[in-house]
Amino acid sequence: MSNSNALPSRPARREFLKGAGAAVTALTIGFEWAGSTRRAVALAGAASTAAPFAPNAFVRIGADNSITIISKHIEMGQGSYTGLATVLAEELDADWAQVRVESAPADATRYANLAFGKIQGTGGSSAIANSWPQLRDAGAKARAMLLSAASSEWHVPAAELTVEKSVIYHAPSKRQASFGSLVKKAAALPVPDTVQLKDPKDFKLIGHQAARVDVAAKCDGSALFTIDVEMPGMLVALLKRAPLFGATVKSFDGAAAAKVAGVVKVVQVPNGVAVIAKSFWAAKLGRDALTVEWDDSKAEKRSSAAMMDEYRRLADQPALPARKQGDAKKAIGEAARKISASFEFPYLAHAPMEPLDAVVKLDAKSCEIWAGDQFQTIDQMNAAQTAGLTPAQVSIHTLYAGGSFGRRANTVSDYIVEAVSIAKAYGADGTPIKLQWTREDDIRGGLYRPMYFHKFEAGLNAQNELTGWHHVIVGQSIMAGTIFAAGMKDGIDPTSVEGAANIAYGIPNIAVDLSTTKAGVPVLWWRVVGSSHTTFAVEAFIDEVAHAAGADPFAFRRKLLEHEPRMKAVLELAAEKAGWNAGPLPKGKGRGIAVCEAFKSLVAQVAEVSVDDGGRIKVDRVVCAVDCGTAVNPDIIKSQMEGGIGFGLGAALYGAVTLKDGRIEQGNFNDYRVLRMNEAPKVEVYIVPSTENPTGVGEPGVAPIGPAVANAVFAATGKRVYVFPFSKSDVRS
Amino acid sequence: MATTFLLNGTNTTLDADPNMPLLWAIREVARLHGTKFGCGMAMCGACTVHVDGQAIRSCVMPLSSVANRQVTTIEGLKSKQAKAVQAAWIDLQVPQCGYCQSGQIMSATALLEKNAAPSDADIDGAMSGNICRCATYPRIRAAIHAAATAAKA
Repeated sequence: MSNSNALPSRPARREFLKGAGAAVTALTIGFEWAGSTRRAVALAGAASTAAPFAPNAFVRIGADNSITIISKHIEMGQGSYTGLATVLAEELDADWAQVRVESAPADATRYANLAFGKIQGTGGSSAIANSWPQLRDAGAKARAMLLSAASSEWHVPAAELTVEKSVIYHAPSKRQASFGSLVKKAAALPVPDTVQLKDPKDFKLIGHQAARVDVAAKCDGSALFTIDVEMPGMLVALLKRAPLFGATVKSFDGAAAAKVAGVVKVVQVPNGVAVIAKSFWAAKLGRDALTVEWDDSKAEKRSSAAMMDEYRRLADQPALPARKQGDAKKAIGEAARKISASFEFPYLAHAPMEPLDAVVKLDAKSCEIWAGDQFQTIDQMNAAQTAGLTPAQVSIHTLYAGGSFGRRANTVSDYIVEAVSIAKAYGADGTPIKLQWTREDDIRGGLYRPMYFHKFEAGLNAQNELTGWHHVIVGQSIMAGTIFAAGMKDGIDPTSVEGAANIAYGIPNIAVDLSTTKAGVPVLWWRVVGSSHTTFAVEAFIDEVAHAAGADPFAFRRKLLEHEPRMKAVLELAAEKAGWNAGPLPKGKGRGIAVCEAFKSLVAQVAEVSVDDGGRIKVDRVVCAVDCGTAVNPDIIKSQMEGGIGFGLGAALYGAVTLKDGRIEQGNFNDYRVLRMNEAPKVEVYIVPSTENPTGVGEPGVAPIGPAVANAVFAATGKRVYVFPFSKSDVRS
Repeated sequence: MATTFLLNGTNTTLDADPNMPLLWAIREVARLHGTKFGCGMAMCGACTVHVDGQAIRSCVMPLSSVANRQVTTIEGLKSKQAKAVQAAWIDLQVPQCGYCQSGQIMSATALLEKNAAPSDADIDGAMSGNICRCATYPRIRAAIHAAATAAKA
């Protein structure tokens, strides 16, 4: 399957949907963006009038001057389509108005995430960081070939040529040519081995480009998500899953479900019993009418409160060292003053706005998937295994995802595998089937941010200097037992200890230990992964240590970061912009600060909170400073910080998935509360100017907000919070 | 059973279960996909449409209840306020994943159609039923104020 054809036409969305059912073998889904409108279109495999210039896997230039940039990363809100296109278009000197972005097919040979190795996928805030050299090179080489074409056409040295907005100029002879007019000639030239990249001072798009390529379609309802995919003959499936993790179907009675008007078939699959119908509503009524008896013999039946009791006990047992520097035990033993605290963090659901969904068209020789797919290579493997095909027989059309926050990047490909298994049980006859999760399916469906217990001891010497730091982390491993287990070293899952083992503070004696627990609750990375709890714990505890030392929390951190100039700089910037030293806030209000490194970016935040007599916390203002290297798109960086703060704040205030005898106690946004408009603080974002390589922005903004608020609550009330979310603790002063 | 109503200004008859939520009738019978499913219990606002000018959650409203009434979805927005809202949304680059934004825009438009100059408290009141997991709230607030100013001009 190839996308290497110029767009023959621009069919409207309805035509795409019809075409999708008709000519699947010759069809890929792409996205077209032109000017202010952007629509999903079919790129039919029909012969085009003129072959485009496609010097590499990431760009095609048409004779009509259209520039199609192929994104190997999913667009799930983080701005990857715009950012990736900006990087390539910059080196190409492309006219941004001619640039459109298309989703890459699943093909790890061309589209691997270089941060993951040989796997195509998006995660770890790595889209821009891993693509930076690759797309600059791709753009620059395409530009060099177009210059060579003009040079040979005009018989002038390439060095005399200049490029601006997709037009090549030869000033001495006053000639000019558009990229489109040179594509035929350029396509016949060899790709240069090396090419000179731009000096950052010459960037015209990077650091300046603001308008996202996906925004217009997201303001008029035309943006295509998986839930919107429609094909002739398509059926909709809902799956009834076991109420306990690890339970399986013992028996079921589908007779009542089968009688519901519109229900086509009821099938058993490994994860439960699926009702396949002509519409969502029929499938929903059918599923409600199902009776299933479950085999709970191997299921997780504990309550999360009992599990936390066990974690608390484990924190006092021997654990594996994740970092050992100096002798923390001795330093704390000899300290003039000891400070200790422990923190509890719950399971968290990702709850993306678009409940999980996938469309699968399966027959004996192929499996075609439409989804907001975040782990293409892994999903291809898991789908192939489920279908009894080879990964090469599985094609994936990556659509916009209505959020993910990590949920769609899972090593078991749960929702994809379910959809394939349903299509298989239906008969694998090529009927397109859309599996739709409901919100309850999502909240109760597992793959949560793990529950964790953190225990600290620290020692201050007679000069109130922090001399010893002992941190114990207890919780489940995300990587163990998955294909990412190879990333574990000496039994340590790096995602359990990131943000803790690499603590940047200059403390002479540090011990960070990990006790990995086992539970039947499936877990997964959740936006900012380990730092979602480690930064929370570390930054709340260091604040307590600063207070014990009689020091200002900002000044105390700053002194411990003397050898970390970039982190110190973001801390100072946030404090300065927040008016940290501007004097105390009125009674009932407080300021708190926190800083972190996550995915190689540095973020500091200052939160200002009000706590009323009833203990109700309102975050009034958040000031955020970020150093993410070169700011490819400053406005998207700001939006990711704003969004990360809101996402992290909602979780800190309310987020908790709890189990009672194995059953999940929450099910929808009424009992799994998230941040709403009336709770959203004012956010100010400041970006540290930098010419370093760009690093991630999708996740790091989430990490400091929880502890910044906790520290602000302490400043306002004198109360430290140790059990999260805040709604589980009493902060009345 | 058929239900007849005015959908985006066009007299429309949908042959579907009268108990089917309006959301699914709009999406799967009328085949307008801009209105989204997020929770199914009026907790998130992704399914917000206008019925006789009021912002309502279509995921809990039976199709039968809109008989002979006017339903407007994101695809049918035409008012001056709606255009100002959509323009402000683009200008301030509000959407991230974009999934909730049809509902946000429908709620914001209904607000401005009744209140030409909403305060922050008015915005909290009208918009707190619309969840955005990307937390684009600061930009939504700014865009509503900008749209209010633009619609008055």
